[in-house]
Amino acid sequence: MTANEHLIRDLVEKHGTNRTALIPILQGVVETKNFISDTDMTEIAKELDLSAAQVFGTATFYSFLSTEPLGKYVIRVCKTITCDMHGKRTIIQTIEEMLKIKVGETTPNKKFSLLETNCLGWCHEGPAMLINEKPFTGLTHERVHDIISDYISKL
Amino acid sequence: MSESKLKRVDLIFGEYSSVKFKVLADTLKRSNEDILEDLTESGLKGRGGAGFPTAIKWKYAAETPSKEKYVICNADEGEPGTFKDREILTRVPRKVFSGMAICGKVIGAQKGFIYLRGEYQFLMPELKRELEQYNEHMSKMGFDFPIEIVLGSGAYICGEESALFESMEGYRGEPRNKPPFPTTYGYMGKPTVINNVETFVNVVMIMRLGPIQFKLLGTSDSRGSKVFSVSGDTPIPGIYELELGMPLEKFVEEFGDGDTKAVQVGGAAGFCVPRKKFTETVIGFEGVPTGGSMMLFNSSRSMYNVLHNYLEFFEEESCGQCTPCRVGCQQLRKGIVAVKKGDKQSLYLDQLMKLAESMKISAKCGLGQSVANSFSSIVYNFREEMIY
Ligand SMILES: Cc1cc2nc3c(=O)[nH]c(=O)nc-3n(C[C@H](O)[C@H](O)[C@H](O)COP(=O)(O)O)c2cc1C
Ligand code: SF4
Ligand code: FES
Repeated sequence: MTANEHLIRDLVEKHGTNRTALIPILQGVVETKNFISDTDMTEIAKELDLSAAQVFGTATFYSFLSTEPLGKYVIRVCKTITCDMHGKRTIIQTIEEMLKIKVGETTPNKKFSLLETNCLGWCHEGPAMLINEKPFTGLTHERVHDIISDYISKL
Repeated sequence: MSESKLKRVDLIFGEYSSVKFKVLADTLKRSNEDILEDLTESGLKGRGGAGFPTAIKWKYAAETPSKEKYVICNADEGEPGTFKDREILTRVPRKVFSGMAICGKVIGAQKGFIYLRGEYQFLMPELKRELEQYNEHMSKMGFDFPIEIVLGSGAYICGEESALFESMEGYRGEPRNKPPFPTTYGYMGKPTVINNVETFVNVVMIMRLGPIQFKLLGTSDSRGSKVFSVSGDTPIPGIYELELGMPLEKFVEEFGDGDTKAVQVGGAAGFCVPRKKFTETVIGFEGVPTGGSMMLFNSSRSMYNVLHNYLEFFEEESCGQCTPCRVGCQQLRKGIVAVKKGDKQSLYLDQLMKLAESMKISAKCGLGQSVANSFSSIVYNFREEMIY
């Protein structure tokens, strides 16, 4: 068995084979490797006795269930109105300059991806972003510089 | 100055009772009829935005015969400008669990779920710890009502109740046709009560204080207090618990920066109220309803940019299932861009407003139906800003 098959077997063992297990399994795959590959989807379909198209259909509906490879750290900057008003553009620029990637891209070493997302529920402390599941708020050029530097130094 | 301030309320975030899960324990001893009577008397309306009377919803579900029933707490909180459910789940999670368990008893459900938006995954460890304590207490009281947390995956539409069921069942989060309503055909096709996080807490507070005292807050159409999420151009952004039924003018006096040009009440799906209408506008079910989102804009803001941002939001978050919404959101955004660029004449805005109004009657769910709220209120009140 490949490492991937192991991962999926473990997730199926944990969540079961009912249709309700599908999203938790997909979430588990994303948590481990940050995206769901075609082979993962075929494998999951087999385990849950679904067609690969059904798995694909569900996965592609949800913005957090990426079917494209992403970096180890996925940065999601809020672009909704109050974060936009309070300087989201500066935050994006700072990150783009530090990581030398544009929104939607992943660094060549596969460590960081930069994405935009909709309201994160921190509008009173915007601009806000998530790095994987961790929220960061009250962002300024300096603060975001420190946060990203910190992540880089931990690589 | 201070006496003119809006009254602060401390109901939702107030301290827990001195004995752990006391209100829950006391309420579980009461009869279902008794509990429903108090809820009816309190006049509580749902805090998720639509304002459906909670007692009626619970009664319908209680009256539908079924061996399997469910209670679901909607913690998908995705409306731009709303962050109060996160705060409630962080500060007083026990009150949320208690409200759900009371509902479980009244309608005869065996299980509860909290549908937590993926963006709030960081709350999971603490919530799970709190749930363990809750479960321990429940088994001590000899009452079985397990609650499980289900995590979303970044889709605003899953806050719509039937899309939420689809998502929990492992499908794309596409809203269902209604009727049937959740109280007869909800999660797994079983009778289900789905309420907002804050609604469940309100139930607990009504059980603790009694309906009479709860009714002392607010107005006859909008009973009780409400947790407001205040953001935008304000010196004091944050979470405030205030009475319902207040005039918008007083709100702006207190939260504005002295230069408030407009307030978006109820998020991107809500209404934009311009300065000249602050005096006549009441915040509550009798006036402009809100799930709690209050975003202030001062005169430095371009209302064109604001509207464009909302439309981008709707375009991305539309589930794409029905044509009026999928195509309508796109066309509205492209349309205002074309007018701004001068590619279309300003009269085109009237056609766009007609399109928005037709989405209100033809879209399948609340997302597509409510785009006209912000679209028409912004285009109507800030027409020059759309053109020049
Ligand atoms: C697009 C859309 C998104 C919604 N998002 C939420 C949400 O995040 N939280 C919520 O409680 N209700 C949301 N609702 C309303 C729910 O469908 C439902 O009415 C509500 O959860 C009922 O709870 P209540 O009666 O306590 O208000 C949304 C509705 C629509 C149409
Ligand atoms: S109105 Fe929009 S979100 Fe609702 S069902 Fe239609 S396409 Fe989906
Ligand atoms: S608008 Fe950015 S967190 Fe809400």
